[in-house]
Amino acid sequence: MSWFEKIMPSRIKTEREGRTRSVPEGLWIKCEACDAVLYRPELERHLHVCPKCSHHMRIHGRERLKRFLDPGSGSELAANITPEDPLRFRDSKRYRDRLLATQKATGETDALVVMAGTLLELEVVAAAFEFRFMGGSMGSVVGERFVRGVNHCVEFHMPLVCFSASGGARMQEGLLSLMQMAKTSAALGRLARAQLPFISVLTDPTTGGVSASLAMLGDVNIGEPRALIGFAGPRVIEQTVRETLPEGFQRSEFLLEKGAIDMIVDRRDQRERIGSLLRLMMRQPAAVASVA
Amino acid sequence: MDLNFLDFEQPIAELEAKIEELRFLGNDSAINIVEEVNRLRAKSRALTRSIFSNLTPWQVAQLARHPQRPYTLDYIALLCTDFQELHGDRMYADDLAIVGGPARIDGRPVMIIGHQKGRDTKERVRRNYGMPKPEGYRKALRLMRTAERFSLPIITFIDTPGAYPGIGSEERNQSEAIARNLFEMAQLSVPIISTVIGEGGSGGALAIGVCDRLLMLQYSVYSVISPEGCASILWKSPDKKEIAAEAMGITAERLKSLRLIDEILPEPLGGAHRDVQATLETVKGALLRHLDLLTALSPTERLAQRAQRIDSFGVFRVA
Repeated sequence: MSWFEKIMPSRIKTEREGRTRSVPEGLWIKCEACDAVLYRPELERHLHVCPKCSHHMRIHGRERLKRFLDPGSGSELAANITPEDPLRFRDSKRYRDRLLATQKATGETDALVVMAGTLLELEVVAAAFEFRFMGGSMGSVVGERFVRGVNHCVEFHMPLVCFSASGGARMQEGLLSLMQMAKTSAALGRLARAQLPFISVLTDPTTGGVSASLAMLGDVNIGEPRALIGFAGPRVIEQTVRETLPEGFQRSEFLLEKGAIDMIVDRRDQRERIGSLLRLMMRQPAAVASVA
Repeated sequence: MDLNFLDFEQPIAELEAKIEELRFLGNDSAINIVEEVNRLRAKSRALTRSIFSNLTPWQVAQLARHPQRPYTLDYIALLCTDFQELHGDRMYADDLAIVGGPARIDGRPVMIIGHQKGRDTKERVRRNYGMPKPEGYRKALRLMRTAERFSLPIITFIDTPGAYPGIGSEERNQSEAIARNLFEMAQLSVPIISTVIGEGGSGGALAIGVCDRLLMLQYSVYSVISPEGCASILWKSPDKKEIAAEAMGITAERLKSLRLIDEILPEPLGGAHRDVQATLETVKGALLRHLDLLTALSPTERLAQRAQRIDSFGVFRVA
């Protein structure tokens, strides 16, 4: 501290310190739903669910899996599968460059993370889409990683849980991306024949090719509260039918009412609820009270 | 401007109009008009050949949507005997955008299922422009299950802009209807042959297109999203559809090189609608040939090959 600062009246000093004190970026986050100002560590403790109004914010795929599986139990599968640019696709940017930029920004190599681990001590494979990676779009890598996850389940007799968050197929891979719908659905057929359960958790948003394949094929389909789930996006529907869509259309609550999903489960209860479901479906004894 | 011709075919249309005019004249004046007509006909053919040897993907997409192109019911009428159309999904409604039922091809019993567009305005509306709702896919699945029960090979014809994006479609779970078909078709033990005869529009096409053999007519297209849709998302303007069509690789030729389809069925000069009979012969020949090959396999072999085929879709790096 310099001699000048020492003799400065405290009022001025505070002001100066206020200017230089570094507040970590995003330490405080405003809930989009209720406007409450939330302390980030607190929000993270609540799995990115607003502690005030229970609004479910989006959560990174990898973080979701880490918090879903028993602590420290997860090991990643199929991370060695990485994207190519089979069409040499280019819009305003080359697909190749877009991939590199997205990989840098997200720290992920593609839009699906698959892990083997335990859930309330039951061995499972869990997969989660990363929506920040090109809208969670499903291309060749997403399809292949999902199938390898299924194969792992069949080989080691484990159930599968998948958290979807995706705008649909990855246009930059053309028809190859459409075929991932067939590929993932066919793999789920093998899982079913092995009598292993698949729990699909549809999170905000799940639309297009992902909704119309793996996400709707759960033995149990679970929606997160207020998640947008549908085949066509609301804008496309509005343009087609030329009327405004009813309030709450294509939200989890709407799907529950229409019979498309089995239940809506708060993110903070998912470990317990899915753990219990899987133990029932695998005919395992109930879990001892969880410590996590 | 002749509406039977697409914009890039207008030079051909003009020549054809001239030929018609001369032929009309020819009825009362005898002088060498026959020779002139023949000369113009040869010129028209050469012009057509040159235009069609150099089509852009967007031009092929326009041909795939040509209003005179043969539709599923045309193929059924001219290719099959004993067709008995079966209606409805047994749950909600009969979706006229998908038609199907048992029939015979060359005497052999099969189950035929296909998208159906309409020829005139009224029929188009009735068929919802070939865009099925969930009940359409559920009808298709019901027919496929019937085929499985009676060991009838399944033949599907793909020709849709896509699954219908409406409020009712969502209420009745379009996603599940499509997903369920993908799931079930991968496991049916009977042979499945799919042919793209016009537009292969995304999930709405794939929902009856999981198969042992995927064939495409020369001027049909198959894509993950329409060129217009892709253009408005990635280029922020539907006018860039030509660029989008090129970039996505939607033509039979490009898809064959990516090994996503098994065979390209050549069309007559100027497209399927210029010589429907010839097109039908080609399609029939190919269907019978693949039926022979597939029925020679045991169900186990067929299922293994289908699984392998589906699993092979995708291009990625393995580190």
